[in-house]
Amino acid sequence: MITLDINGKTHELDIPQDMPLLYALRNQVGLNGAKYGCGLGQCGACTVLVNDKPVFSCLTPCGALEGKSVRTVESLGSADKPGPLQKAFIDEQAAQCGYCIAGMIVRAQALLEANPHPDDDTIRRHMAPNLCRCGTHVRILAAIKSVIAQGAKV
Amino acid sequence: MKSSTQSVDLSRRAFVINGALVMGFAMLPGIPRAFADTEVDTLGTAILAPDLPGSLRATPYLDAWIRIDAKDGITVYTGKVELGTGVKTALLQIAAERLEVSPGLIRFLTADTALTPNEGYTAGSHTIVDSGTALFNAAAQVRQLLLESAARQWQSNIDSLSTRDAVIHDGQGRSMTYVQAVVGVQLHRFASASSPFKPASSFTLIGQSLPRLDIPAKVSGGAAYVQDIRLPDMLHARVIRPPRRGSQLLDIDEAALNKLPGVVKLVRNGSYLAVVATDEWLAVKAMREGYAAARWTEGNPLPDSTHIHQLLTELPARRYPVSAKGHLTQPESRGYKARVTKQYLMHGSIGPSCAVAWFKDGTLTVWTHTQGVYPLRNGIAEMLGLPVQQVRCIHAEGSGCYGHNGADDAAADAALIAMALPGKPIRVQWMREQENLWEPYSSAMLAEVEAGLDDSGRLRVWKYELWSTPHNERIVNAGRLLPAWLLAKPFTPAPSVPIAQPEGDGDRNAVPLYEIPNLQVDLNFVLSMPFRTSAMRSLGAHINVFAIESTVDELAARATVDPVQFRRNHLSDPRARAVVDRVASAFRWPQKATGPGSGIGFAFARYKNIMGYCAIAVQLHVQRQTGQVTIDRVVAAVDVGQIVSPDGLLNQIQGGIVQSASWTLYERILYDASGLHSFDWSGYPIMRFPEVPKQVEIHMLDQPDQPFLGAAEIVQGPMAAALGNAIKDATGKRLLDLPLARRGWQDALGS
Amino acid sequence: MKRKTIIGAVLALGVVGAGFALWMMWRPEIAAVSPPQSAGRESLDRGRRIVEAGDCAVCHTRPGGDYMAGGLPLITPFGTLFTTNITPDRETGIGKWSLPAFERAMREGIARDGHFLYPAFPYVHYRKLSDADIADAYAFLMSVDPVKYTAPDNHMVFPMNFRALVSFWNLLFLHGDPLEPLPDRSAQWNRGRYLVEGAGHCSSCHSPLNLIGGEKSSELFNGGIVDGWTAPSLRGMAEAQHPWNETQLVAYLTGKVAEDHGAAAGPMLPVSLSIAQLPAEDAQAIAHYILDLKQSSSVATSPPCPPVANSTAKALPGASLFDGACASCHGAAAPMRAIESRPALASTSAVMADSPRNLIQTVLQGIPMSTSDSSHYMPGFADSLDDTHLAAIAEYLRNESCPTRPWTDLDKTIKSIRAQE
Repeated sequence: MITLDINGKTHELDIPQDMPLLYALRNQVGLNGAKYGCGLGQCGACTVLVNDKPVFSCLTPCGALEGKSVRTVESLGSADKPGPLQKAFIDEQAAQCGYCIAGMIVRAQALLEANPHPDDDTIRRHMAPNLCRCGTHVRILAAIKSVIAQGAKV
Repeated sequence: MKSSTQSVDLSRRAFVINGALVMGFAMLPGIPRAFADTEVDTLGTAILAPDLPGSLRATPYLDAWIRIDAKDGITVYTGKVELGTGVKTALLQIAAERLEVSPGLIRFLTADTALTPNEGYTAGSHTIVDSGTALFNAAAQVRQLLLESAARQWQSNIDSLSTRDAVIHDGQGRSMTYVQAVVGVQLHRFASASSPFKPASSFTLIGQSLPRLDIPAKVSGGAAYVQDIRLPDMLHARVIRPPRRGSQLLDIDEAALNKLPGVVKLVRNGSYLAVVATDEWLAVKAMREGYAAARWTEGNPLPDSTHIHQLLTELPARRYPVSAKGHLTQPESRGYKARVTKQYLMHGSIGPSCAVAWFKDGTLTVWTHTQGVYPLRNGIAEMLGLPVQQVRCIHAEGSGCYGHNGADDAAADAALIAMALPGKPIRVQWMREQENLWEPYSSAMLAEVEAGLDDSGRLRVWKYELWSTPHNERIVNAGRLLPAWLLAKPFTPAPSVPIAQPEGDGDRNAVPLYEIPNLQVDLNFVLSMPFRTSAMRSLGAHINVFAIESTVDELAARATVDPVQFRRNHLSDPRARAVVDRVASAFRWPQKATGPGSGIGFAFARYKNIMGYCAIAVQLHVQRQTGQVTIDRVVAAVDVGQIVSPDGLLNQIQGGIVQSASWTLYERILYDASGLHSFDWSGYPIMRFPEVPKQVEIHMLDQPDQPFLGAAEIVQGPMAAALGNAIKDATGKRLLDLPLARRGWQDALGS
Repeated sequence: MKRKTIIGAVLALGVVGAGFALWMMWRPEIAAVSPPQSAGRESLDRGRRIVEAGDCAVCHTRPGGDYMAGGLPLITPFGTLFTTNITPDRETGIGKWSLPAFERAMREGIARDGHFLYPAFPYVHYRKLSDADIADAYAFLMSVDPVKYTAPDNHMVFPMNFRALVSFWNLLFLHGDPLEPLPDRSAQWNRGRYLVEGAGHCSSCHSPLNLIGGEKSSELFNGGIVDGWTAPSLRGMAEAQHPWNETQLVAYLTGKVAEDHGAAAGPMLPVSLSIAQLPAEDAQAIAHYILDLKQSSSVATSPPCPPVANSTAKALPGASLFDGACASCHGAAAPMRAIESRPALASTSAVMADSPRNLIQTVLQGIPMSTSDSSHYMPGFADSLDDTHLAAIAEYLRNESCPTRPWTDLDKTIKSIRAQE
């Protein structure tokens, strides 16, 4: 049994220690936000927050997570009541296929929680671990900047 | 290898002039008749009504597109799929506009072989052109039939009727819903060739940026993708692929794998291997053990990447004349000659391919992110020996595919595994390395161009020759599905056939739109290939536009004419000149940034010479010592006919600019005799945020009441070319080997 | 008289002392010049080679910054330095420097305006370069795109914030002349020595430093610690328990994965990417010379790591963490191993080393991704694994490679590295 704190809820899961968090989130907890992209920590589609830091959930064994708090994109709001970054991504229509977007939002969330006023260069460097293949980068940057400009608390 | 190039005369390709197919197909022995004139209808969807617009040609019945009944209200069907370009929303806008109902009142269904029309593939920037045009007309005609029905029942003049939100009003207080009006109307009828006219000026939805329907779920973790499908008692599968193409399975300890935790079954059929487990992670772990345990034969040799372009000219090929006019004479002294190369590229979807299949009660249902549910259904049915009626393919979104990636093959995987475990829903997800190693690539290509000017500095002569492997290995038979190669009774891919002009294959956009009196363009269609290659956004247009626009810049310089002016001088189409002019003025061409290593570049193309127009200017700077390219500014102008969704169009063009920049500057598949090395993102790096252009500015030239021209791929070629021209301006070096900014390229610049 | 003598003596001493101090701590400015005419292509090509061999860009280009524009922080025991702009910008770079001014900086550590440069700038090594090489390096740097950028102010602790004190340091450590080839050694060996001891300044990192930051001359190349990473000893590499051959070392030095050892990470990664820009014969010469460096007799060699039958490593808690966090790349059948033939972690130098320091650093920080070409990227785990999990994974890997000599200082090493983050 592994006890995980996911989006503020405690989950008792009968899973092996080595199971990467990504698989537990998707299959045991039933969340869709974190996506399998590479399983190698190279694309960021699986990004979640562990103790407020962005990590690749595909490479984070659940056995290393007891006592830590995990937050996924689902914790930031819903389709009906989107959080500030989610709303900005909707307003900017910052998605094409959207497969990378949940990971993008989570990574941006970590940045804005730590630094509410990053400049363009800082945002780009912070977001570099996350890949987008559709080329939505311009809109993703615009969405993040719109949250900064509004001074919305993320 | 010995060259076995064959010559094929002009009549062997289909030429479409002014929209009419004017030539038949003279066949070479061994070439099947399934000659495709677009990449969309590879399957050979039968043309039942050639005079109807868009996809109504193949699916002329109105009720194939629109049904209205008391139970479901208004249902609209499209055979196209959402690939992440936002077409689902755009198509809905078109249907709602012409039915004159709010989009929220429509139940909108995309490709499903049990429900929707067969529109072949969602590809080639054809979706709005084909399905949009069909819905534009079908919806208007259905509304007209409903009005006629109401007028009949009320015995009033149809001109006195109006509609709002699916209700018909007669101005005297009487009203009737569409559901009421449809009673007694036979929608199972052929559409007519003409539809009621509605001026663009009165459109309320077309031309508006309707927020995309799919985005709220995608930003909040809603179920949005085939990867998110969870069926009751679903099992998880992973495939175990051979080390390379041609490898045969020698042996594997099946008993040991079957004993692993969670493993339900090891599926083995010839060299085909997959593990099925109760849990996804346990399937992954069993797959790892399977990779470690399986023994294979060596497989087909791989060529050395350093000589691939030479090799292309030596492999067996069919020669297709693409275009010829005037007299080819040697270019005079002001001529320019170049050899342009492109490496193998991969689609590189962020989410590896995935499918869910369920064989239940004699029917196999496959949820797939394929671009074409109907062709896939045929391929799967043939592979499994099932009647086509017993296979249903339902599209579910995947990660963006940008062409023929692993989607169909993953669906075939799911189908094979589901047949081995009847009654159980099976979800199979490829690993990153499986996607990278086994997806069909975009072909390596070689282009040789020789062109010259006349005494007045105008283009006089143009000779262009291409070598390419296929760009359209779509699913026309079971053998085009990779898993079918591995079976104990393997299937063989159907022979390769290029897409005819004007759509083109490797020769897409190989003919310049510029006025050139003497011209010859030829394609060497290379049949034997080290890698499976198939459709990736813009097919050959990426390198062809790059080659043409590089050459045009060089000739402009020889003519001592500004490159933008030089292009204008050779373009007669006013819409082409309009996008060129818009970019020039918005960019303030030829105003150049000061600062070391900075340069500007311009390019233009009309996609396939028949679709959307795109002009683009780029300002960048090159750090000469490190070779780092920083794109400071991109200005583009596009004309795609009547714009359906301005923001959707903007999104496509912005994305295409970034994607093409990534291809053009960085991307190539790494391989040598020892194997393929681009199995992950560190071996196939693509553009990341720090390299993304600092500023992107798009100008959209709307053409109200003009046909839809398609948008998704129009910028790939021009962006590549503008980058090459800007790098030339910045460094004085004309780079002709893609990708342009791989590590070490700065050596070419000298110190 | 006596008193006068004393006073006189004191005064004289004072004058002499002041003169000495002035001589010690003051250097004249060298007149500004106009930018030199651009040099010939051949000189620039040679200069670029020297500059790559000297790793100039490694320190003088900050992450994301312009080439040679400086601004990289160098953390020393005496405070933090920011590297300077050495582009030929006239206001903020070295655009006003003449060749003599550049040569004085390279050989004596004096800036054009006469101020002392901190010895983090390895002029003690660069002084070994030939006049011609310095002239070519100058020509190349003057051809770089000028960039206007001024690095942040240094934060040096008292008294090292007084630059003139460097003059006393120089008395101790600044000596030697341009290297002359040894006639009894091969041309390759001499080229290797010139690159290793001159431009390459390898001993700056690969030697222990004394209390005032000078290389201990008696322990040259015996290894050191830089930025929290072990810069391993360069001596006796050919005969070590886990020996290197020339092919492996050339691969390592040029940014590739060395069979049986692994790839450069941490501070060595940019150095290896610099060496990769050099002609292949230079990397071979460096490897040849280094593999000829003999073990000092004073240093005890590590005992061997005999393989153990029936390894129990798989039973350790680190084994399952490895399966979840590491095996998708480092597992036996992972494509990185199967296709690229990269070594099992258990046989890499980082795991075979006596200290777990470089393994821990690599796991924490990872290896950066390149966009312009393939790279041996690795994600960092600093935010996803805590100290106990790091220790468990390290213990597991060490147990697989050297069960007889487990790392005993794992927890301490991890804590000290974390403290520096």
